[in-house]
Amino acid sequence: MRRGAFVRDLLGRPQGAFGVGWLAVVVACAVVSRFWTPLDPFDTDPYSAWLTPSPAHPFGTDSVGRDIFSYVFAATGTTVVVAVASGVVATVVGVGLAALGSLTARWVRESVAVLIDVLVAFPTLLIAMALAAAFGGSLTVVVVAVGIGYGVSIARVSRSEIRRVARTDYVLAARANGLGTGAVLRRHLLPNVAPVFVVQLSLSMATSVLAEAGLSFLGYGAPADTASWGRLLSDLQKFIGIHPGSVVWPGLAITLTVLALNLLGDAVRDASDPRLRSGRAGRGAAAGPTGRPTGPTGPVTPAAPSRPVAPEVVS
Amino acid sequence: MTRFVAGRLLLFVGGLAVASVLIFATLRLLPGDVAQAIAGTTGSPGQVAALRQQLGLDRPVVVQYLDWAGGLLRLDLGESLVTGTPVVDEVLDKLAVTLPLAGLSLVFGLLIGIPLGVTSALRRGRASGVVLGTGAQLLAAVPVVWAGMLLIGVFAVTLRLLPTQGFPADGWSDPGRALRSLVLPALTIGIVEGAVLLRFTRSAALGALDQDYVRTAAANGMTRSRALVRHGLPNVLLSVVSILGLQVAGLVVSAVIVEQLFTLPGLGRMLVTDVGRRDLTKVQGELMTLTTLVLAIGLVIDVVHRRLDPRLREDDR
Repeated sequence: MRRGAFVRDLLGRPQGAFGVGWLAVVVACAVVSRFWTPLDPFDTDPYSAWLTPSPAHPFGTDSVGRDIFSYVFAATGTTVVVAVASGVVATVVGVGLAALGSLTARWVRESVAVLIDVLVAFPTLLIAMALAAAFGGSLTVVVVAVGIGYGVSIARVSRSEIRRVARTDYVLAARANGLGTGAVLRRHLLPNVAPVFVVQLSLSMATSVLAEAGLSFLGYGAPADTASWGRLLSDLQKFIGIHPGSVVWPGLAITLTVLALNLLGDAVRDASDPRLRSGRAGRGAAAGPTGRPTGPTGPVTPAAPSRPVAPEVVS
Repeated sequence: MTRFVAGRLLLFVGGLAVASVLIFATLRLLPGDVAQAIAGTTGSPGQVAALRQQLGLDRPVVVQYLDWAGGLLRLDLGESLVTGTPVVDEVLDKLAVTLPLAGLSLVFGLLIGIPLGVTSALRRGRASGVVLGTGAQLLAAVPVVWAGMLLIGVFAVTLRLLPTQGFPADGWSDPGRALRSLVLPALTIGIVEGAVLLRFTRSAALGALDQDYVRTAAANGMTRSRALVRHGLPNVLLSVVSILGLQVAGLVVSAVIVEQLFTLPGLGRMLVTDVGRRDLTKVQGELMTLTTLVLAIGLVIDVVHRRLDPRLREDDR
């Protein structure tokens, strides 16, 4: 598909528009917060603790008088860095494993496939806890854990997609017409694998935002001098019995960002699937005309079940 | 079926073996070593060397691994580096909180996800369906910690219906009290997991509504919802079962965070504490227990799924 048409289709979908829009806001905040924040997010003032929201403090202040709005604003930088770094690590791990699992000698290929099947069952947070026990908690631990966890998942879906496409008639026809491996890869395999890959990538970034929040809450993520939504939640949690309202803001920021990444993944998947492009409001969104279920793509279901869950169309 | 179970068992055992190597290796990557970590900066080189010998750290890494893995087979997870008590006893003790929490969360998740998922499929295109679908999409993006805090804010702080945090010190001797303190934590996990289940159920139910048998039943005078419940539901539930393994893995992870938030004395909270104390033997044992739990549940779910699906059963003949 031409790039312009793809982008137009993507932004024409409400999910895509919201995803791109909110992520643009987050990235813009992240860049601006490097140079300027409304107030110093770490400036404490015991006399202005727990102020209710006002024009001076739109989200109010916390137990030590820090301006919650400035803190949430500054923490966008941490989120963007963690999400992008996780995405990069996941891509490197995923593409590496997928290449090892589909392009090498048979025994290497098969053992990598088994290794992928085994590793995909490990929860990301447990990987992170193991790393935190060895190295102490840090944002690097979050990035590496999510990168490994989702890299495996990227490898798994890309590999099965490569294998599916490699068996199709049009690839056979292309080969029969004398197209070389490189050309088949470029013309047929990559265009088919790319959307699956992008969906997994957006999921891995969504998970990294959640994992950063979770680990920072447990005390093994962002250090004290780094503004982070998860850290703020953890700080505010101690006073939840008295000031339950203040936890709304950082939580909302995390939720919207994760939602934007999830929706962007969904929109990319739909916009890049030509079978869904016409009459996209139809039932095709649940199961394509081939009967291959696409399933929902939440952060907890990294891969659609590999077994048939709907009757396959027998060709 | 036998061949499938044998193959799946092999994958389970292989998974445990790989997990044990990875967990062991990761914790041995520790800068310095365990003895140094225990002795701290004040320990003299002599003390560290003595400690190293006492802990068996002067032996080759492979011997240390085999020793630990041999212990695993005998259900012996070694002794805590901090307190010296057997790790197994403490782990079993904590599972009395974590397993009921996970079970209750799963029940809540299924109760929320399946009925609402089917409903939202039947109401597709109508306002209620859109609200359910959007709500699920939104809830699936909510971090578990935040969901827990909001529930605490509403049910414990404002309405004062349930305890905010904690678990009875005498454990399950008063089951009613113990269960009450698990309701909010389980609901927290159940809502977030239920949202994901809802979306999956919805898309499976939409697929079923498209099938000829539902159309035929509708043509014969059944309403669409009756036809779906009567003929489509078994298929929908089957696909839900197939993703339940992943759901349970997510649930165990959420339990670690939720136990910390609600100060429940479970395995997850103990893991968080021990990571902080660098009690590596215990961390090793706890990670191994959690991994075994996740892999075992995955195994059971795969076998159940295989048994339930007549199409997959035919492959064996």
